[in-house]
Amino acid sequence: MFLTLPLAGLLIRAPWSTLPERLTEPGILAALRLSLLTASLATVVCLILGVPLAWVLARLHFPGRRLVRALVTVPLVLPPVVGGVALLLVFGRRGLIGGWLDQTFGVSLPFTTAGVVVAEAFVAMPFLVIAVEGALRGSDARYEEAAATLGASRWTAFRRVTLPLIAPGVAAGAVLCWARALGEFGATITFAGNFPGRTQTMPLAVYLALEQDLDAAIVLSLVLLAVSVGILAALRDKWVAA
Amino acid sequence: MRKVLTGLALVAVFATAACGGGSDDSANSAPAGGGAPGSAGPGASGQLVVLAAASLTESFDKIKEDFQAQNPNLQVTISYGGSSGLAQQITAGAPADVFAAASPATMQAVVDAGEAAGEPAVFVRNQLVIATAKGNPEGIRTLADLTKPDLKVALCAEQVPCGSAARKAIEAAGVDLEPVTLEQDVKAALSKVKLGEVDAALVYRTDARAASADIDGVEFPESAGAINDYPIVTLKSAPNPAAAAAFVAFVRSGPELKVLTDAGFQL
Repeated sequence: MFLTLPLAGLLIRAPWSTLPERLTEPGILAALRLSLLTASLATVVCLILGVPLAWVLARLHFPGRRLVRALVTVPLVLPPVVGGVALLLVFGRRGLIGGWLDQTFGVSLPFTTAGVVVAEAFVAMPFLVIAVEGALRGSDARYEEAAATLGASRWTAFRRVTLPLIAPGVAAGAVLCWARALGEFGATITFAGNFPGRTQTMPLAVYLALEQDLDAAIVLSLVLLAVSVGILAALRDKWVAA
Repeated sequence: MRKVLTGLALVAVFATAACGGGSDDSANSAPAGGGAPGSAGPGASGQLVVLAAASLTESFDKIKEDFQAQNPNLQVTISYGGSSGLAQQITAGAPADVFAAASPATMQAVVDAGEAAGEPAVFVRNQLVIATAKGNPEGIRTLADLTKPDLKVALCAEQVPCGSAARKAIEAAGVDLEPVTLEQDVKAALSKVKLGEVDAALVYRTDARAASADIDGVEFPESAGAINDYPIVTLKSAPNPAAAAAFVAFVRSGPELKVLTDAGFQL
């Protein structure tokens, strides 16, 4: 009830009579495409960085592991806007790394689509790491050891034994990660700014539409909801049940 | 649980407001009084809730202090935010006494919803300046300077008042300005300058003046064609109408208008 009532509110208040013409407004498609693209890229980034990190946290014993595990959840605790400011302080033009990137390669992340991906990956990564780490801890490490005794290298054991075992966990983590990235607002607007076609994702478009036209904001929200629920439902059946 | 708590809080606000209104009447009927013009006299008491545009923050904080000094029994709460968001809160039934907006359009939304008591009055005006890094290292003097290819410029999004004013000014200047970002409000645009992520932004003169320790404000002639009016009004469902009227009159009295002009507003 509590979870679905606000959704019902959106549906009831939606301007159904003018919906077709509102849906064909040019800005919507660009924002939706950018949202789907950046959320998917952010999920890929999270998979590449997050799965190894989760493996380290679950399998290796090293001093300060608890601290690292706590640090992984920082983006969850941090208000996203603060995360965006923190990203600016590191990757911004005057930032710790950003300044060097700008000087050396002429690369600047803020106000670019790549910046949106960075902001979304930052906020969404914990969802993947926590899910994968949980799956790894739940899986029996003796399978890997058995593979090692049979002559498999660590990488082969991970690829051929561990990964298939934890595949459902990775898939669930990736879905969570993608969903969080798709809805990301605060870090994105703070770090990547807002420019139609380049950094304006659906949540940003919704927020700005709200300043002027409630109906337009509701239409945008419904589009985002419909598309994301559709994709998630399709993937869930395919991956998580498998 | 949360809903229950919010409900309780609202009930509490209404209850205290109602009590405040009662004691207010009795105090006003007392023979004492003779407060300064524009104040409700020493009788104004209870709670007063003011919703004000974010760009009024610095000046209304000062005005609130002055008003409270004249009305020690009154508890004044000011909630600052984007004008459009505040207007939506009012039309959704948020309990408030006074609304001060940064644009006539947002005020009109409140009037159209039948929430305004009487006619809104414009009490100050604000205009845009170019905010640059401290010392203006890029030597920006005019709007045309902002079109230099390697310069990064932030504007407000057109949906918010400072964005529509920026657009008017840019059109008046006839320059082809390509911003890197359209920020959600004027404070966000300003913070991008403070952080050094953009070289310049179009912000209100009042915001530039409040941040003068970190940034420079460059005046430009075309801003005269894009002046923003700030209307103020008492609300129909005000829990404390007497104090609301007194506050609006107080804001528009001489000494307090000085507070506003000191902050960079025009009359």
